[in-house]
Amino acid sequence: MTLAQIFLFALFSLVAGRLPGKQIRSWMLFATSLFAVFWLQPETSLRHFDFWFPTATIALIVLTWFIVRERSPLASEDRISLSAIVFLILFINLTRLLPRPLIIPTYPPQVLRIFIALLVTVGIIAAFASVRRESKWTFPAMIALIVLLFVLLKSETLQIHLSRALRTATGQSPELASQVDITWLGFSYIAFRLIHTLRICAIGKLPALTLREFLTYGLFYPALTAGPIDRVERFVKDLRQFQVLTPARFVQGGKRMVIGMLKKFILADSLAILALNEIKAGQVSSHAWLWLLLYAFALQIYLDFSGYTDLALGIGAWAGIDLPENFERPYLQTDIGAFWNRWHKTLTQWFRFYVFNPLTRTLRTVRVEMPVWTIILLGQLITMILIGMWHGIAWHFLLWGLWNGVGLFLHNRWVLFHQKFWPLSSTWRENPILRAVGIFITFHYVALGWVWFAIPNVDAAFDVMRKLIGI
Amino acid sequence: MSGNAGTGSWNWTKVGRVLIKAAGLFVAFNLIFASFDPWPSMAKLSVYNSIVPGRRRLPFGSDPQRSYNLTITQLDVMVASHEIAGEVKLPHEYRVLVLGDSAVWGFLLQPGETLPAQIDAADYYTADGRHIRAYNFGYPTMSLTKDLLLLSRGMQFDPDLIVWFFTLESVWRKNQIDAPLVQFNPGATRALILEHFLDLNPDDARFRPTSFWQRTIIGQRRELADDIRLQFYGLLWASTGVDRYIPTSETRERHELPGDLSYHGTLPGELQENQLAFEVLSAGAALAGDVPVLLINEPIYIDENVGDGQYYNVAYPRWVYDAYHEQLRARSEREGWVLLDLWDWLPAEVFADSTVHYDAEAASALAAFLREAIRDSTELADGG
Repeated sequence: MTLAQIFLFALFSLVAGRLPGKQIRSWMLFATSLFAVFWLQPETSLRHFDFWFPTATIALIVLTWFIVRERSPLASEDRISLSAIVFLILFINLTRLLPRPLIIPTYPPQVLRIFIALLVTVGIIAAFASVRRESKWTFPAMIALIVLLFVLLKSETLQIHLSRALRTATGQSPELASQVDITWLGFSYIAFRLIHTLRICAIGKLPALTLREFLTYGLFYPALTAGPIDRVERFVKDLRQFQVLTPARFVQGGKRMVIGMLKKFILADSLAILALNEIKAGQVSSHAWLWLLLYAFALQIYLDFSGYTDLALGIGAWAGIDLPENFERPYLQTDIGAFWNRWHKTLTQWFRFYVFNPLTRTLRTVRVEMPVWTIILLGQLITMILIGMWHGIAWHFLLWGLWNGVGLFLHNRWVLFHQKFWPLSSTWRENPILRAVGIFITFHYVALGWVWFAIPNVDAAFDVMRKLIGI
Repeated sequence: MSGNAGTGSWNWTKVGRVLIKAAGLFVAFNLIFASFDPWPSMAKLSVYNSIVPGRRRLPFGSDPQRSYNLTITQLDVMVASHEIAGEVKLPHEYRVLVLGDSAVWGFLLQPGETLPAQIDAADYYTADGRHIRAYNFGYPTMSLTKDLLLLSRGMQFDPDLIVWFFTLESVWRKNQIDAPLVQFNPGATRALILEHFLDLNPDDARFRPTSFWQRTIIGQRRELADDIRLQFYGLLWASTGVDRYIPTSETRERHELPGDLSYHGTLPGELQENQLAFEVLSAGAALAGDVPVLLINEPIYIDENVGDGQYYNVAYPRWVYDAYHEQLRARSEREGWVLLDLWDWLPAEVFADSTVHYDAEAASALAAFLREAIRDSTELADGG
């Protein structure tokens, strides 16, 4: 998000937070979120895809809503919501007539194509809606579709294949196919929100949702670009509670936004100049400088990401939505387990609920009995590798996940070893020197792990790692 | 996010008061900032020559992420980042300030390959045993006035010799205020124009306007941000020694040659003396005072085949360069300048992408040649 976009969204939230009625506020958040998904979409070289990607996002959310909703005729509010979506899409299409593109970075496609796309979407939704939640295959099929899309969008090889195919389809040169063509705003977050919704619907814990509520949850504008990944049942509770913008809430949200801007636009963007990458790593003259670049990267990634979270929380608070915290002093934790409980919390919680817990449960019940340590090792490695892959399907992300999985496992074994052979009293655990040592070790283990994250070339990353530890 | 945690005592009146106070402070800071020239003070906060070594040449670059360098316009901050600002002049040092355009700055060269760097690295000594230390005060864009501006700042570092490279394009009067560095430093440039009676308009429209608003923090936010970024790039400069990204695909400039052999719209035979700003060179000599100034008509790329032999290269029709040459010699004799005419000193194959950018080997050869010229100039300075 640019500063102008942040200011405008803050203004929307300010107005929404002060609106007199629950309904009107709710509709405003819905409209702003719909608008935001188009407005925030970055430009792509694929012709018209800065229009099609946001449209596909909306279609996917609408499709999911049709799957998870109670079997009943469409309520008038849902019909209005659907009409609003079609209206917005056609309105954006009308911007073709303006002297320069508005809302999305390039001109939208011809209206006939949009009608065809709408018809296809309605057909797909009708097909899914006819089977809906009663069929035992509906949820797995929908989750599989989202995961498939996710894999397609996160793998460099598949992205290039997809880009080539889409370029051919749009009459553009397939030779120019590139990974950056496939820039689908916020898909990683939206996909995880949808999978979460499908899962809790499958276990019967999903409250009845209107289309407006569900779309606002999926596309909530402060959290569109960088999360957090909220839980639908929690989000909707806030949405329905109608928390009016009080002076206290205004100050609190404002503080978060100021802190977020300071972190993101001043500190993180400045540190980005120094942050480790493959080119700099090959140019620096000593390993002390290499450590400096690594520290800069570690701080930059934290300040950038947590800065965006602060902005999301601040803007959300003004609109009356208390989004969940994502970062709580992660670099000041005394062990890697505590670090991962406080780093990108909503993502790690998601993986804990939907990967680690079911996986370790399953491993405990397999026919061949496995030792506990094996179950923990497998659970932690697989979960962390998948968290790595969430950032992109590439070897270096896999290694980053593996590094952290091994760290978590070693910490787990260390804790058990301690409890058995050298139990520490709570006084010792609170000892400031021991805490400082714990923070130092944890930070450096995590920071070294960022080498895999920052350097996509695995050989170069190994080389940097070797230089950093002096071998 | 809890709605009331720690903020329960707020009401809209109090919020309004805080916002008004914050706005008042913001306005006050802007007014204070705009009321005095903050750049000399800002320059004192430079990380260069304190936390990290100074740069070997003035900051310039269009690809900061790869060159760890960027173009800024604040002279004080630029000079503060240069190595000369951190070097205490030793008694046995013979300090040479090398002025000029991108050829001196070393557009296609790494910092250690530039002409001043090669003079500096070669461990030359003057006839009386002083160690010759050369500092690169060249800066891209061709304008003698830009060079004069830099010389005015360079004089504070007590040079023993000024070596000033220039060519026809830098002497061309209309180019004088085209240099962004000149446009962004209107106050200092105007002072030079008035002090040295330069035939340039002190109210030229190309000078960046300096309204009160543009002197506020808001008005100078881009300059402030760039200066802060330059400090961060200092750490990368220190850690990598890189200050220039040179793409591998640099090719010679291609220009459409005008059919009428005109030069900046001037037709053959119509060159007037006042189209060449030679008085800026005189101003440089005056500014230097007792410090000798060695003027060098810099080497240019010469290609006999350009424009059916009517051009030396794509930039210079023969007629205009020859006329300039003649005027330069005459003026030099009249003013008593020490002029080295090296215009055809380098072979064509050493020029890389433009009329004046030569390679590292050529810079090395030129540095060796200049050693003698510098020695001669010391004898001149000592009355030899």
